Amino acid sequence: MAEIRLRVNGTDERVSVPPETPLLWVLRDTLALTGTKFGCGAGLCGACTVHVEGAVVRSCSTPVSQVAGKSVTTIEGLSANGLHVLQQAWIAEEVPQCGYCQTGQIMTAAALLAKTPDPSDEQITRAMNGNLCRCGTYERIRKAIRRAASGGAVAVGGTR
Amino acid sequence: MSPGVLGMNRREFVAAGVAAGAGLVVGFYLPHGAKSSQQVFSPNAYLRITPENKITIVVARSEMGQGVRTALPMILAEELEADWKQIEIEQAGASTLYGDQTTGGSASVRTTWDPMRRAGAAAREMLISAAALTWGVPRSSCAAQNGNILHGASKRQLSYGELALKAAALPIPTDVPLKQSKDYKIVGQRLARVDTPSKVKGEAVFGIDFRMPGMKYAVLSRCPTIGGKLQSFDDKESKKIAGVSYAGKIGDSAVAVVADSVWGAMEGRRLLNVNWDDGPNKDLNTAAAMESLKQAAAKKGASLYSVGDVSKAAGRRVSAEFQLPFMAHAPMEPGNCTAHFQGSKCELWAPTQVPQDCRDAVAQAVGLDPDQVKVNVTLMGGGFGRRLEHDYAVEAAQVSKAVQAPVKVIWTREDDMRSSTYRPASLHQLSAVVDGAGWPVAFTHRIVAPSISGQKGQPGPNGIDPDLPDEAALVYALPNVALEYVLAETPVPLGWMRSVYALQAAFASESFIDELAAAAGKDPLEYRLHMLSKDKDQDIPFFATTWHTARMRAVLQLAADKAGWKNPLPGGRFRGIACFACFSSYVAEVVEISMENDTPRVHRVVAAVDCGQVVNPSILEQQIPGGVVYALSNALRAKITIEKGRVVQGNFDDYPPLRMEETPLVEVYAVPSTEPPTGIGEPSVPPLAPALCNAIYAATKKRIRALPILG
Repeated sequence: MAEIRLRVNGTDERVSVPPETPLLWVLRDTLALTGTKFGCGAGLCGACTVHVEGAVVRSCSTPVSQVAGKSVTTIEGLSANGLHVLQQAWIAEEVPQCGYCQTGQIMTAAALLAKTPDPSDEQITRAMNGNLCRCGTYERIRKAIRRAASGGAVAVGGTR
Repeated sequence: MSPGVLGMNRREFVAAGVAAGAGLVVGFYLPHGAKSSQQVFSPNAYLRITPENKITIVVARSEMGQGVRTALPMILAEELEADWKQIEIEQAGASTLYGDQTTGGSASVRTTWDPMRRAGAAAREMLISAAALTWGVPRSSCAAQNGNILHGASKRQLSYGELALKAAALPIPTDVPLKQSKDYKIVGQRLARVDTPSKVKGEAVFGIDFRMPGMKYAVLSRCPTIGGKLQSFDDKESKKIAGVSYAGKIGDSAVAVVADSVWGAMEGRRLLNVNWDDGPNKDLNTAAAMESLKQAAAKKGASLYSVGDVSKAAGRRVSAEFQLPFMAHAPMEPGNCTAHFQGSKCELWAPTQVPQDCRDAVAQAVGLDPDQVKVNVTLMGGGFGRRLEHDYAVEAAQVSKAVQAPVKVIWTREDDMRSSTYRPASLHQLSAVVDGAGWPVAFTHRIVAPSISGQKGQPGPNGIDPDLPDEAALVYALPNVALEYVLAETPVPLGWMRSVYALQAAFASESFIDELAAAAGKDPLEYRLHMLSKDKDQDIPFFATTWHTARMRAVLQLAADKAGWKNPLPGGRFRGIACFACFSSYVAEVVEISMENDTPRVHRVVAAVDCGQVVNPSILEQQIPGGVVYALSNALRAKITIEKGRVVQGNFDDYPPLRMEETPLVEVYAVPSTEPPTGIGEPSVPPLAPALCNAIYAATKKRIRALPILG
């Protein structure tokens, strides 16, 4: 079991886990960052979405060895105070029902806005289509993204 | 529901106040939930006001996304004349102090409405009395407002906290005045849900997120064949995985692998070598399961509801058959539970809709008394009825007992899909006798389905599940109606899934009604309105519900008006309509589609609902579209199939829920009402599939007779 170094939400971490361990379980079990969720284990639902070097990654099917030396951002590190413009928009639009998938939704949306500050409906759909929500909150997600987009620039990443 | 019943006499009341740390504590009774046909009253929730002015409302139902942690306290706070911003919410675990804590049947608001109001009102009246005594003024000169009692004449005021101790010493009024809906300040408002900020920050603790020192993780290898058992297992390879500390038999048909990480446990399970005794169902497949429904259909049915005599009606007979597959709930948070067994006690942290069932089942499984089991209720990442089962809790307790450490059992998505309980597959035989003008003079609906309650060892009279009459109700006023249930058997594990049998019943009957309208050459809306034109009350005993044709008429008309039913659609667009009543609420939906390569694309759904007084419109506008999207998933693709006794589907690739690209705009309109509030979690589910199928008929002249639509 090798020691793997990675940077999570701005903090250098060293973890001793089998290298094939999915990043999801390193975040949740080893680093106690439980805001990133387990939904399918197969990259099909997006509940486990995090950013690696700013790009969307499904942490459930990403071996931790692949992110060695890289910078990972989870929902806990998306903003300094948990009030990223998207999180504020999510609150304003009352998006969550059960809320389980929402951290993954927000992480996907944050990566979208970082690249495309004012996305079209089609761009929103294309970006968000990999994130499942069984409560059916998709329309409010769309509204929240629009609200955040109209509120100005969005910085992705940051520290805890 | 008897009015004015409070849960404690004065002595107990004061004692409870002292026990809770000196303050005003009001306990009250709630009727039993949907599991009992009797209205039994027992203490269910508490209001605590401390001298420090901390006001806590305890929620004794489980939050799975439907908003109970916000809606239930709003009801109490309204009568209390509380300052909503001041209220703290506490989640109750399983307790003997509460009535039936089962969270299901869209019942939480409906069954707690009266007791919550009375509890708030009683506390308010006592606080007014305490203030009047303090100031030596008449009660009538004091008023409760925004968390204070005011004395207008002298411009004095005292906070509820300042009055708490004095109020606690007063007798509980037996008959309290309740507010009129026109005076509501909290109920009916779009108040923000209390759980939203923690959910968007990733701070909310769902069952799967719970952690405690020394906790181990377990995954179970369960017999993949329905009804099969464990024969033997070899854990030699599993134990080579770092962190795997244990592998052992749990129950008759599973092996638990325990490790110090989830991944370790999963890897350990992957390398486990297990021999299963496939048991009696090793040749079961979907075709055989559906065939057994057809065979059962030959049996005589039990009457669910009847009017007149369908056999005596004369006219032209129209018949059709519909069928539906098994379906899986598939909530986003897979099954899990944490248990800590410590010899003479066991504590659970459970995402559950049934904390008391978990307590009792765990007690039995690990050899404790129910009062030695403590159940903490966590947030749930969806429920949809799947967490009405206590299987996760029992597994967690058994594994914790086996390894003598706190253990979190986690199910994978494949575990959830393949070892679940399923919405029963069903067959529906519809027939009608129509007169010369095409109006039905007799209507028969035979529901052929296995019994959920029966399979769980609690069969209802004549094999009829106690909730079925409500979920199959026909609100139309027709001279001759026969609703029948034919009990079929299946070894496939069954569970209550969002809207339960109402989904099946509505798909069949509302598709058939549309067929009758088309055969009569009449507009589907006008056809339905005609059958509802006579005011008629129909009593359905189980939910103590009376269905009114007038209320159904109103939602149908509202949905049609908002959808612009009378207006022509652009080319290539088609509409369908359906209405259904269940869980004491009425919903009508108009679905607008186009057809793209023989596949329906749903553009817009207009839903009208009569759920009585709306407690929180924002939550209503979450729940109704939520039900529509869930139902659209079910209608288009949800199908659990079985081969060689095993569930075929495993994950979201072969059991694909709706994604954003397929989600229509859903508009929600509520009929203004001051009637007592009724369910909103499930009633928007049943009308969707028939409204969609009726739109497909409008587009293609083809009737969909089996779900899912996309095969």
